[in-house]
Amino acid sequence: MTQVTDRATRLRSQAAAGISGFARNWLVFIGAVAVWELATRLAASVFFPPPSQIVTTAVELWFSGPASQLFLSETVFDHILPSIGRCLGGWAIAVVLGVGLGTALGRSRTGMEYVGPLFAFFRAIPPPTLVPVFMVLFGLGPGMQVATIIFGAIWPILLNTVDGVRSVDSVKVDTARSFRTPAPYWIGMVVLPAALPKIFAGLRLSLSISLILMVVSELIGSLNGIGHELISSQQQFDFPLMWSWIVLLGILGYGLNAVLLTVERRVLRWQPTRNDDG
Amino acid sequence: MRSLYRNLAGLIGFFLIWEGAVRVGLVPELFVPPPSEVLATTVDLLGQEPFIRDVIATVLAWAIALGISIAVAVPAGLVLGSVAWLRTATRAIVEFLRPIPSVALIPLVLLVVGGGPEAKITLAVYAAVWPILFNTIYALAEIDPVLMDTARACGTSRSRMLTSVALPHAAPFVFTGIRMSAAIALILVVSTEYVAGASSGLGNFILEASSGGTNMDQVLAGTVVAGVIGYLINDGLERMGRRMFRWNEAVGEAAK
Repeated sequence: MTQVTDRATRLRSQAAAGISGFARNWLVFIGAVAVWELATRLAASVFFPPPSQIVTTAVELWFSGPASQLFLSETVFDHILPSIGRCLGGWAIAVVLGVGLGTALGRSRTGMEYVGPLFAFFRAIPPPTLVPVFMVLFGLGPGMQVATIIFGAIWPILLNTVDGVRSVDSVKVDTARSFRTPAPYWIGMVVLPAALPKIFAGLRLSLSISLILMVVSELIGSLNGIGHELISSQQQFDFPLMWSWIVLLGILGYGLNAVLLTVERRVLRWQPTRNDDG
Repeated sequence: MRSLYRNLAGLIGFFLIWEGAVRVGLVPELFVPPPSEVLATTVDLLGQEPFIRDVIATVLAWAIALGISIAVAVPAGLVLGSVAWLRTATRAIVEFLRPIPSVALIPLVLLVVGGGPEAKITLAVYAAVWPILFNTIYALAEIDPVLMDTARACGTSRSRMLTSVALPHAAPFVFTGIRMSAAIALILVVSTEYVAGASSGLGNFILEASSGGTNMDQVLAGTVVAGVIGYLINDGLERMGRRMFRWNEAVGEAAK
């Protein structure tokens, strides 16, 4: 009984601390926006419109649609959703390829010796330099963008997976071997869980790379998408509009990372030495 | 020795497959020239002065950007890592600024600072500051309390604690951050040159070569050179880190 009440008090105090921390974070955030508003109003620079103006532009841009589309405007369907789709689609393909290949190479003793330097070199190539190659191969459009995203996002996942698969505890290896664990169980229940922390570190890095490459590929060659709208608003000198796209990209980056972190915390909850700082 | 042969075999195998795929006609030669042609172009370009100047412009911008990032992020990280209330106060702002993809700022930076070398340096600094900053803060939070208590019990002064306990402990983590930032800064420098059509640089060279759509050998040669630069930077920093922090086992652990 005492244990239960103990736990309840602890939970309550944790919740209180969480709420006050949450409130404090938001207070600081609101304060920062207020300072930003004041500074931009005082400076009155055309390049830096006040946040209130950015928000008005953004709301009009995204939420002016009819009720049947949940008030989302055409812009959302024409530009934002395709962009997110390409980013997540390319990333997902990179995850499947990277984890699959990485597990295979990590298990093989000599495989990595053949391809290691090659992969290190591929990873070192700044992915935007390959955009012209993908452009002539796939034409202007989603193919080129997804190819660029996959090429940029796969290396952190692949190399981290190899690292993680290699770092499986030798006691676990011997135990599983002495029980003659069949290969599918061995991979699925011993190797992959042990490699997961490293894999997740690679996933996080490659997700932000995917977002960056989505924007780059759309800035260079695209007929729609967030990056395309961003550069065309700059060319029209419509700065509140340009800023609303920048803010949207910030929100996207924050949101995608937050979702992945939540998934990671749930999946890795069993890990004893897990720090939440990451 | 055998692993070296295997490394070489892997590289040669890749080039043979590429060469074969082009020769057989799997990929059109106009779009993806065979590696023999690309290598010949690379050697040819390396003898030309304008190309060398582009390479130097890119590497120089990268070095300046990384230097500024280190000079900004390490002191900021040390301050934020050791003063708790400052860390909480700035957290929301940092959390808001960090996820903005640096490339989203390319249009803005082009307008505000122009298309010169300042633009690519500004963007590279913006992107490269975060890994160093976060690794520095993280390192200070992870110091073994026993170490700090021991130092305090011996009557070590506050400044001495920072230089003799905190900094040596944090150094490997900071270095890992610098290594990540070095790669990011190179990507940003080349991307900005490519997107913005800067007056010089490797990215600009690739942009100009690709504009006709027929000089794909030059595009790929530029890509190969960019890859080699990135590889040398990463490999050099890795070796340096291993030499400098031989005493530390946590070097690999900090790579997050």
